[in-house]
Amino acid sequence: MKDAFGAPQSLLVLGGSSEIALATARRLVARRTRRVYLAGRPSPALDAAAERLRGLGAEVDTVVFDALDPASHEEVLGKVFAEGDIDAVLLAFGVLGDQAHDEQDPMAAVRVAQTNYTGAVSAALVCGAALQRQGHGSLVVLTSVAGERARRENFIYGSSKAGLDAFTQGLGDALHPCGVHVMAVRPGFVRTRMTAGRPEAPLSTTPEAVAAAIESGLRRRAETVWTPTALRPVMSALRHLPRPLFRLLTTPR
Amino acid sequence: MPVPLAPATAPVTGWGRTAPTVARLLRPGTYEEAVAAVRAADARGTIARGLGRAYGDAAQNAGGAVLDMTALDRIHEIDAVGGVITCDAGVSLHRLMEVLLPLGWFVPVTPGTRYVTVGGAIGADIHGKNHHVSGSFSRHVRALELLTGDGETRVVTPQDDPELFWATAGGMGLTGVVLAATIQLQSVGTTLMTVDTERAADLDDLMARMTATDHRYRYSVAWIDLLARGARTGRAVLTRGDHAPLEALPPRARRDPLAFRPRRLPAAPRLLPDGLLGRTTVGLFNELWYRTAPRERRGQLQRLAAFFHPLDGLPEWNRIYGRAGFVQYQFVVGHGQEETLRAVVERLAAHGCPSFLAVLKRFGDGDPGWLSFPMPGWTLALDIPAGLPGLAPLLDELDQQVAAAGGRVYLAKDSRLRPDVLAAMYPRLDDFRSLRARLDPRGAITSDLARRLAL
Ligand SMILES: Cc1cc2nc3c(=O)[nH]c(=O)nc-3n(C[C@H](O)[C@H](O)[C@H](O)COP(=O)(O)OP(=O)(O)OC[C@H]3O[C@@H](n4cnc5c(N)ncnc54)[C@H](O)[C@@H]3O)c2cc1C
Ligand SMILES: NC(=O)c1ccc[n+]([C@@H]2O[C@H](COP(=O)([O-])OP(=O)(O)OC[C@H]3O[C@@H](n4cnc5c(N)ncnc54)[C@H](OP(=O)(O)O)[C@@H]3O)[C@@H](O)[C@H]2O)c1
Repeated sequence: MKDAFGAPQSLLVLGGSSEIALATARRLVARRTRRVYLAGRPSPALDAAAERLRGLGAEVDTVVFDALDPASHEEVLGKVFAEGDIDAVLLAFGVLGDQAHDEQDPMAAVRVAQTNYTGAVSAALVCGAALQRQGHGSLVVLTSVAGERARRENFIYGSSKAGLDAFTQGLGDALHPCGVHVMAVRPGFVRTRMTAGRPEAPLSTTPEAVAAAIESGLRRRAETVWTPTALRPVMSALRHLPRPLFRLLTTPR
Repeated sequence: MPVPLAPATAPVTGWGRTAPTVARLLRPGTYEEAVAAVRAADARGTIARGLGRAYGDAAQNAGGAVLDMTALDRIHEIDAVGGVITCDAGVSLHRLMEVLLPLGWFVPVTPGTRYVTVGGAIGADIHGKNHHVSGSFSRHVRALELLTGDGETRVVTPQDDPELFWATAGGMGLTGVVLAATIQLQSVGTTLMTVDTERAADLDDLMARMTATDHRYRYSVAWIDLLARGARTGRAVLTRGDHAPLEALPPRARRDPLAFRPRRLPAAPRLLPDGLLGRTTVGLFNELWYRTAPRERRGQLQRLAAFFHPLDGLPEWNRIYGRAGFVQYQFVVGHGQEETLRAVVERLAAHGCPSFLAVLKRFGDGDPGWLSFPMPGWTLALDIPAGLPGLAPLLDELDQQVAAAGGRVYLAKDSRLRPDVLAAMYPRLDDFRSLRARLDPRGAITSDLARRLAL
């Protein structure tokens, strides 16, 4: 159960090797979290993540989970919930894709969309239903500022996150009366392997800072979290820029 | 996916309004309905709830059923000569006072609010300002009717089944649903109190006064200003008293010495801004309250409700803490552990916890309840806004100090204790767990508190 400060005792991470997720898990384990499930595609990175959290005193299991195989989600995730209550689910999987390449290779673009959107839709619905049966719990979904307004530079990724963000808002409203807290987290540029080698955007941040924002969002039962928080006014200004101006500002020259 | 909601599903919190969870709310009007509800419990179980005055998650049960007991409110029998009452567990202490005071009887133990039920009083084995004289509530319970997880109802007395009785006393509703209880009452001649008030300059002064003279009074409690620092750390107002005898009343009051008509203001508004209770507001309030208290006053006559339940005048006052809600931290440390008490008070003062008037009480002997809170020593209770930065780790740190000193935290107030410190605080925890496993193998009775702390 979560305590009065929203600190969960059990955590399920979807995308168990994500750097943002791992930073979050570390932070939560330092508070109340004792039971962690890391769901993801089997890899040395996933095992290393589990080992690291064990070193901090958590009991950790890895679970084989592939966002691109939504038909399996019900069964795979159902097993986790059958073992006991999950106080918080962190949906962290996602791929950035390679915009330039993917524009030429529609099937690659579709894989980005299927991972970030379709796969997340199915996993979030499965988890949402399980949380609803428990009568409590938080579902934290990592969307992105990239979904706030599609940019020339990464609109395949951005549109998948826009879809996911909209889905998350709606799911939050659907689950609100059921005692389930749904929180969309919209990070800006976070320095992780996902963004490695890319030019840093303004207001860039770290996985640890995102983790802190998630912990505080859980405490406040926030529904939307911008991290860093300064992104909120920035994005709302950008959102209302006229198209020609927006294009001028965001198209790489 | 989200299936249409059953109409009676609702979010539930404790008095501190933190960590809401959703449950099916059932309100049995008869014992049969209560039995049926327990028998129908699914894997998520069921828990009894009284008036929801426990601060944390004790009377919540996410995904399962919560039995609102307040419709079971019949008074079965009053022995006006011997001062014994048998009533349903959903009867409030407020109601008992209305019924009993005109007969010259009072509840044996009252907490800081009258709006608790008999079931809640037993479930938390509550204590009052008279703990040093009268112990906790269950000491005065002669028998109770308990509906256990198997759907059977049994009469439990401390003589015939001491294990089940003392597991239930303070057992936070987890041994079953108390349906009715027989309680020994306290006789009173009037509904007025004679009260002595004195100011203590600091914590040492306060503890010295309480140690020296508490035994002269039936009721004793001190209010500490936790925002005072330095030499004034722990400054307090000590109020102690007893029921006034008829002779002490002025002639006019003697005509109706057992009158009980407490007044209530309208409830606090539903939507209040957060951060109303910052350090400045609370600091000002505490300052005023300390300065306006008499340095020393003897034999003041006070109405019973004003003496015991000052907060009951403002219904739903818990709303003033805003959306984030608040936590109450209450712990006890034994005699000889005054250093720990002092360290905790200094730590809280240094952190600048905006607490209205923390309450310090010197407990007498404990009772045998397995998870019962009181033990001989010092208990401190304070309310803190849940949104206060750094609060969670601060309280964790205090838990460690309290546990290391052989003390404990009160479960009826708790909403954030970590499970691994619990065993050190409650030595009979394992007995409690195995009794529950034997009594209720199906897990028909459970709560959020039970899940959080693996009770
Ligand atoms: C302003 C204020 C002042 C307080 N002062 C004190 C004080 O001085 N001393 C003190 O000891 N406490 C104090 N309390 C705490 C309060 O007395 C306890 O939490 C009490 O248990 C509340 O009773 P309730 O009927 O509201 O029960 P709830 O809060 O609804 O439930 C509390 C517990 O009792 C169990 N329970 C309730 N009914 C039954 C039943 N029929 N059968 C089995 N279990 C049941 C529940 O399962 C739960 O575990 C105070 C609380 C407030 C808000
Ligand atoms: N970094 C940023 O700047 C940034 C900004 C905004 C939002 N986000 C979002 O935050 C989340 C976490 O990102 P991160 O920065 O921590 O990146 P990361 O370390 O690369 O994590 C991405 C995770 O997604 C997993 N994943 C990818 N495809 C999967 C699939 N088909 N099935 C299961 N898991 C799959 C990866 O697992 P494998 O190890 O198996 O590949 C990895 O664990 C992502 O949703 C990302 O879109 C990131």
